Amino acid sequence: MSTPLEPAGHFDPTGGETLENAIELKDVEGLSQGQIVRRRFLRHRGAIIGLGVIALVAILAYTSIGAGGIPGWWKFDPVTPGKVENSGSPSLALPGWLGGSGFAIGDHPFGQDEIGRDIFARVMKGTQTSLNVMVVISVLAALIGMAVGAVSGYFRGGIDQFLMRFTDLFITFPVIVIGAVLGKLAGSAGAFWLAVALGCISWTTLARLVRGEFLSLREREFVDAAKAAGASSFRIIRKHMIPNAIGVIIVNTTLLASQAVLLETALSYLGFGIKSPDVSLGTMISEYQSAFSTRPWLFWWPGLFIILIALSVNFIGDGLRDAFDPRQKRVPSQRQMDKAAQRQKNAPVAAAGDEQ
Amino acid sequence: MIVFFVKRLVMSLVVVLISTVVMYVLVDRSIDPLYDLRTSTAPNKADQIRRRVEALRLDEPVILRYLSWLKGASGCLYGNCDLGENWKTHQAVTSLLSGAIGTTIQLVGLATLLAILLGVLVGLLSALRQYSGFDYAITFLSFLLYSLPVFWVAVLAKVFLAIRFNDFLGDVDPRFSIATILVSAVVVGITLSSATAGRLSVRVRNCVIAAAATAVLIAYLNLTGFFKTPSFGIVLIALMSVGWAFVITLLSTGLRNRKALYSALSVAALGAVLWLPLLYFWAYARDAGILGWPLVLGMFVLGLVVSAAIGLAWGGPDRTRSARTAALTAVPVSATLFIDRVLQSWDDYNANELIKNRPIATLGRSTPNLAGDFWIQTIDTITHLALPTACLILISFASYTRYTRASMLEVMNQDYIRTARSKGLTERTVIMRHAFRNALLPLASIVPIDIITLLGGAIITETVFGWFGMGRLFVDSLGGNQQDPVMAYIVIVGILAVIANLVADLIYAVLDPRIRVAA
Repeated sequence: MSTPLEPAGHFDPTGGETLENAIELKDVEGLSQGQIVRRRFLRHRGAIIGLGVIALVAILAYTSIGAGGIPGWWKFDPVTPGKVENSGSPSLALPGWLGGSGFAIGDHPFGQDEIGRDIFARVMKGTQTSLNVMVVISVLAALIGMAVGAVSGYFRGGIDQFLMRFTDLFITFPVIVIGAVLGKLAGSAGAFWLAVALGCISWTTLARLVRGEFLSLREREFVDAAKAAGASSFRIIRKHMIPNAIGVIIVNTTLLASQAVLLETALSYLGFGIKSPDVSLGTMISEYQSAFSTRPWLFWWPGLFIILIALSVNFIGDGLRDAFDPRQKRVPSQRQMDKAAQRQKNAPVAAAGDEQ
Repeated sequence: MIVFFVKRLVMSLVVVLISTVVMYVLVDRSIDPLYDLRTSTAPNKADQIRRRVEALRLDEPVILRYLSWLKGASGCLYGNCDLGENWKTHQAVTSLLSGAIGTTIQLVGLATLLAILLGVLVGLLSALRQYSGFDYAITFLSFLLYSLPVFWVAVLAKVFLAIRFNDFLGDVDPRFSIATILVSAVVVGITLSSATAGRLSVRVRNCVIAAAATAVLIAYLNLTGFFKTPSFGIVLIALMSVGWAFVITLLSTGLRNRKALYSALSVAALGAVLWLPLLYFWAYARDAGILGWPLVLGMFVLGLVVSAAIGLAWGGPDRTRSARTAALTAVPVSATLFIDRVLQSWDDYNANELIKNRPIATLGRSTPNLAGDFWIQTIDTITHLALPTACLILISFASYTRYTRASMLEVMNQDYIRTARSKGLTERTVIMRHAFRNALLPLASIVPIDIITLLGGAIITETVFGWFGMGRLFVDSLGGNQQDPVMAYIVIVGILAVIANLVADLIYAVLDPRIRVAA
């Protein structure tokens, strides 16, 4: 199209790219890293909806039947059998415009099982268990993973070799296999210890990622500067490197959290997790699965709440990933490109200034 | 490089060895072989406990038991395997394993293959239409699939896909209602049109065409009583073969390459012509007693060779590409012919007194004591595989879609794609030859690990559907306080994981010249 001799003039050989950069610059101009991340996250519709849903689920689960000795506002508790009313079918009714018989909550919105326990209370209790287990697993896994990855990536050498072989020890088996063995060991000790045991095996992915991140971060100038200023290794890791790797850590901890919910419920389903009298959504499904044809409500609700929790957390994780890592960034539409071109034409001096 | 891999292999085996020690102690701590005796009220309880402790050597330190287990297990290296036994039934673990491995391979093989094909295809489309409605729908779907508890879905699948579907098939005259036809036509139309590119008018046209085709297809199936006596018939076979010929040519060389298109079409025509003779051939083979998977696979390979020869026969400067296209076309065409033959035995299968018109099975690997020829057995396997395979696909499909989409997006932003486009190559060439092949690279390191992890058993799926594979063996043995089978499972899974990682690294090093391993 153009010969090398042709003067460049207004023709810009990398026109598209400059425009894309201009669009991106407009989004982030004058903002701190934290502000950029927060803005990108808040703009991610799925993540915000996920955040709202998980907050609602948590509030409902903790206030309805109470937690930690504080009584809730719901009139039944998850373990006491009662009188089976209306053969246990759910009293929750949809409003007329959704094809129901007029909106009603009734005494047992999710129904009762064959000995008259209230399913709503049981599902809420199971949701509490899942949320608690999820938090313990992810906090523990994040701490261990961060520590192992940071030490491994920062010091390298022999200690790195040792820690990575140690990590391999855990990666050799699928998590569910070690989880089942540990769950059988710790499950009868209660949900908390099960979560601790599972947290102790779920940190491996994070450790490898943090190590990778640290291997590249430690070659950067600001680390050299901190070293030259006489900072201790611990301070460099804590103050300079972890804040720079925080994106990877947060995103992967979130994704791990959603897997943790599924792991706990799956182990409980198989009988290697939470045991009665503790209630888990997984044990509820395994107890009630044979009753599906006669009492399907026993089966629907626990599964729906597992999906709600895991799906919301997954969406939050996706939003965080987009916010921290713009590599899979949106390709600007033709309209945005035209607009940017217009802006550049109107303010050629400013645009030229931006490029430098 | 060889030094590097040998080093890694040795290192990994040491890790496996150490992990067996750790796991042996952990398993020993977690199981309680005296569980049933503790609550027993038998008068000779103390005596029973003493005898079992003696038999299982529970009074010795765990390390001593580990060492003697290791001695037996290391015998496997020179063909003298002793992995212990199930102490309740006194079955040797090695014989338990051989059955379980076969079951698991059968279950996992097909599911993995289908999940990879589907996942890569959908991920590719999703990446090419980034931030379109299709992309958002697929992203949402894959998140949903990630979040599904498989044991929950499996029960739902049993009810809706098996029991209700069997009810539907058991109907006197099963056919779809007009409303169902219209809804599915609209759904297919919108899905396909959102997956295509172009201006609005083009997409509306695609939507209408796809919807109309779907409606006509279902109406045709209704009219011919497909759901009562399923078979394709020569018309559908011919149409499908020609359709495949066009699709494969479009993807592999582009429709402009007339020689390739003609080779693919000749293969399709050959398939349609051979339909009737092949039916006679199968009947003859059955009578001769040579019908079986070896013969079917042999015929398949023969088909590939003949098709490639047809491609070469069309000649031209790039006849190897015609040959490749023709051979690729032969795959779906022969699959269609095979499925048609299988479907022709559907009536006999349904009428069997063990089946009683409820074909889709919810439990187990095959119908016990089912008599019948090769085709009946094949149908039986397929109907038993249907549900667990669907559940397994649901899970892995999501991750393959996400991987493919992510790596495809990364590749599409590379400079060499820009270069390829600016050279004036067609979009098909850019996507299929420059982008897609490179986008598959990361998958090459994930797939072996996935396959081999799955060989360790789809623990939950096997449990729900009553397949006695590796995963079920593990769950049952752990639940039944059996140390030896659990350890055998753990060793096998560990060694498989080592091999998988090694294979993944090797494949990556071979495929990607940028990876140079330091010895």
